[in-house]
Amino acid sequence: MTTKLFGEPVRRREDARLITGRGRYLDDLGAGALAAAFVRSPHAHARILDIDVSAALDVDGLVAIYTWEDLPGALAEPLPLLIPHPALTHGRTAYPLAREIVRHVGEPVVMVVARDRYVAEDACALIRVDYEIRKPVVGVEEAVRGVHLVHEDVPGNVGAHLVQEVPGPGGVTAREVIEAAPHRLEFRLDIERSASMPLEGRGVYARWDADDGSLRVYSSTQTSTSVRMAIAARLGLPLPKVEVIAPDVGGGFGVKIVHPWPEELLVPWAARLLNREVKWTEDRREHFVSSSHERGQVQHVRVGFDDDGRVLGLDVEILHDHGAYTPYGIIVPIITSTQLLGPYKVGAYRVEFSSVYTNTVQVTPYRGAGRPQGVFCMERTMDRIAAHLGKDRTEVRAANFIQPHEFPYDQGMTFQDGRPLIYDSGDYPEALRMLKELIGWDDFPAMKAAAAAEGRRLGIGVGCYVEGTGVGPYEGGHVQITSDGRVHVSTGLTSQGQGHETVFAQIAATELGVPIEKVSVVTGDTRRFGYAVGTFASRAAVMSGNAIALACRKVREKALRIAAEALEADPRDLEITDGMVHVAGVPSASIPLATVAVLSNPLRYAFDEEAQRATQFAGPASGDRPPVAEGEEPGLEGRGYYSPVRSTFAAGMHAAIVETDPDTAEIKILRYAVVHDCGKLINPMIVEGQIHGGVAQGVGGALYEKMAYDEHGQLLNASFMDFLMPYATEVPRIETAHLETPSPLNPLGIKGAGEAGVIPVSAVIASAVEDAEGIPITGMPISPSDLYALRRSR
Amino acid sequence: MNETRHRVTLTVNGVVREATVPGRRLLSDCLRHDLGLTGTHVGCEHGVCGACTVLLDGEPVRSCLTLAVTVDGHEITTVEGLARDGEPSPVQRAFAECHALQCGFCTPGFLCTLTAFLRDNPAPTEEEALEAVAGNLCRCTGYQNILKAVHRAAELQAEEGGA
Repeated sequence: MTTKLFGEPVRRREDARLITGRGRYLDDLGAGALAAAFVRSPHAHARILDIDVSAALDVDGLVAIYTWEDLPGALAEPLPLLIPHPALTHGRTAYPLAREIVRHVGEPVVMVVARDRYVAEDACALIRVDYEIRKPVVGVEEAVRGVHLVHEDVPGNVGAHLVQEVPGPGGVTAREVIEAAPHRLEFRLDIERSASMPLEGRGVYARWDADDGSLRVYSSTQTSTSVRMAIAARLGLPLPKVEVIAPDVGGGFGVKIVHPWPEELLVPWAARLLNREVKWTEDRREHFVSSSHERGQVQHVRVGFDDDGRVLGLDVEILHDHGAYTPYGIIVPIITSTQLLGPYKVGAYRVEFSSVYTNTVQVTPYRGAGRPQGVFCMERTMDRIAAHLGKDRTEVRAANFIQPHEFPYDQGMTFQDGRPLIYDSGDYPEALRMLKELIGWDDFPAMKAAAAAEGRRLGIGVGCYVEGTGVGPYEGGHVQITSDGRVHVSTGLTSQGQGHETVFAQIAATELGVPIEKVSVVTGDTRRFGYAVGTFASRAAVMSGNAIALACRKVREKALRIAAEALEADPRDLEITDGMVHVAGVPSASIPLATVAVLSNPLRYAFDEEAQRATQFAGPASGDRPPVAEGEEPGLEGRGYYSPVRSTFAAGMHAAIVETDPDTAEIKILRYAVVHDCGKLINPMIVEGQIHGGVAQGVGGALYEKMAYDEHGQLLNASFMDFLMPYATEVPRIETAHLETPSPLNPLGIKGAGEAGVIPVSAVIASAVEDAEGIPITGMPISPSDLYALRRSR
Repeated sequence: MNETRHRVTLTVNGVVREATVPGRRLLSDCLRHDLGLTGTHVGCEHGVCGACTVLLDGEPVRSCLTLAVTVDGHEITTVEGLARDGEPSPVQRAFAECHALQCGFCTPGFLCTLTAFLRDNPAPTEEEALEAVAGNLCRCTGYQNILKAVHRAAELQAEEGGA
């Protein structure tokens, strides 16, 4: 069948505009709009004594200056705490503009609106803010000492504390099991901060229509529907009078799921107040100091195991650095705590985290969202056990795997969606077998020895993970076939480069039996679809993909019903091929979907020849039935929602071969292999691309990226010159193999793929470097100078 | 505080364009906001990411590190000018074919850089191709498909007779 496109490497429909400079990113919109710029705190912790704007008032082109004092009503309140949790006893969020206290370098204090950005920044430079500097809290260990406080009313700087305990057989606690275990190990791990760092920063552009009393806002966001609700609530506008559109978005990776950012409220507010279009485009330094970071944790691990390397008990204490505020709740440490278990059966498990405030940029999910830290912990543990027992590292992992016949497998915990942590499907032994074959695991010792004979140091590493994807609560899709035969698909969640226009079109074309050229897809535009959650947690394909499929099935059913009447056939005998509804095996008995769309909407007025067919005198009609039958609606369209009972669990295993320079301690990745299982693939080309990009970010986190805060809370590397993201020269060629264990939880059998690539990379590289060097690797990232220092300290 | 403004005349994508700009106006801002050519993107404004790369008299430059007044009278090619007769260029086609872009924000910089590179070196080795793209940041693709696209573009260019 020509229209079966699900599973095919269909080329992206986004690309035609993006390769010719016709993309429409946030700052490409709103020519002539006023520009906003912000005075941001230069101090990590300070009290604002005075703000003197007088020198700025003479700047030619200045339009307005706002401080917290100017903000009305709900806009003057702290920003929302998006995901409350009972363990987050001391959640704190920032004000849109600082009120009295600043708690990190980069916190916005004053907003300036001017003719253009140059002028707005001129005015910012002339505004004097007097600060009384306070002692900043930097680093989690400094934070838990609690000598100095980030928030005066948060004792010990602890925002949240959560203990989760999964007892072993007979209700024995993990700590008891560990005490009684044949073997015990105890160690500490350190993971640095990194950040999403999309090439396009955040941005907001607002148009107020005074005549209509309505607001249109464009934002470089991962959730336009929720930004819309936040704006309506904080500006006191009726929801139908606010529309939010995510245009082309230049990457997100998590940072753009946070909302409403101060600028997402302030820019629309100013646009309305001034009755002028206003735009703010984040610059790179602003992104470093005023958006979000992630990853930073210290972990204390205790493990008890048997002679085969089976984990009998695991006890992990996590200090999680939350930065200055907790707008996104404690999702990151919850994910670390739960996804730490990976593909393994752990006899008894105890995990405790303290999420602490520091005077640094807030921490919210970055691709992987706490998983890389959890996987680093578990995989370092597996390697330690193997080293202790003198066993092959893959053998220890295999001894702990959940087996294929044990699904659904209940880990006995509560996942980030508030639902039980139950894995739906997977085949971990097979994935490991494929990985070992792909990287040549069993041949490596010979390779290593041969290299050693030439004075070269090689090491091989492995890392496994399980990723809960496609979290609820829901997504929806709307599908409409118009009388020209075109198929219009919309869904509320947003796109940041994942190719949703392509994969959703593949799904619609396959479900409806139409050529993909007839299908157009709109995402993230509340004018088209108002109910949505957003794009995060590798959920877009699972959630909106299934919702669109369900919407298509409704439309298909209706199309067959109408066509059956026109063809005087039984709907069960009908098929749709290439946009034609026909009797199976009888291509001549057919009717185009375009005509079905015409017939679906009884008309009084014809506007073209095709439409005449649906008018009231056009054909024989039953005089005793209403033109739109009871229970029917005009039009060939349908809406579908997909709301899963719980997440679906993708998995993967990576391996790498690295070479370390005996003199300079440089680390080079010679080979990188990925076995990936995200259930059924909609578009293998796009899934591969997601893996490549994820691994590249993982390599950044493993070897290069960190946020270098000094003791004053100054971010010393807040530029691309000093924060080292991988260029092409730093990313190895990635070899991939796919395993498909379909999800039984959703109609399409798919699992998410967006974050997968990044998750185990730090663990894999640590494993490989440790193998090459014979030195325990306990922190990430590891730079040549770190490795050099480790060698010297032996 | 009124700034002195300067009239500059640029030939952008073969079309003579004029703008009146202050001395401090970046070429990237001039192209994007004065001339409405928003295909050139700004990723860092300090010359590291390469998203803003355009061709100045045929050679790649960072338009975010170039003042518009300094290129008065020169020829600029932006991503909007790479297609010929409405047909995407070999480099553009190769990027789409090889899935060498995801969010597309960095893509115009890669396309401009590689257009100049493949003009000067129509049959690059692996090493040369890697070197050619190593001055541009991409946060989405992991570069593997970009490297593939360099070679594919070279093939397409050769098929068109090195045009």
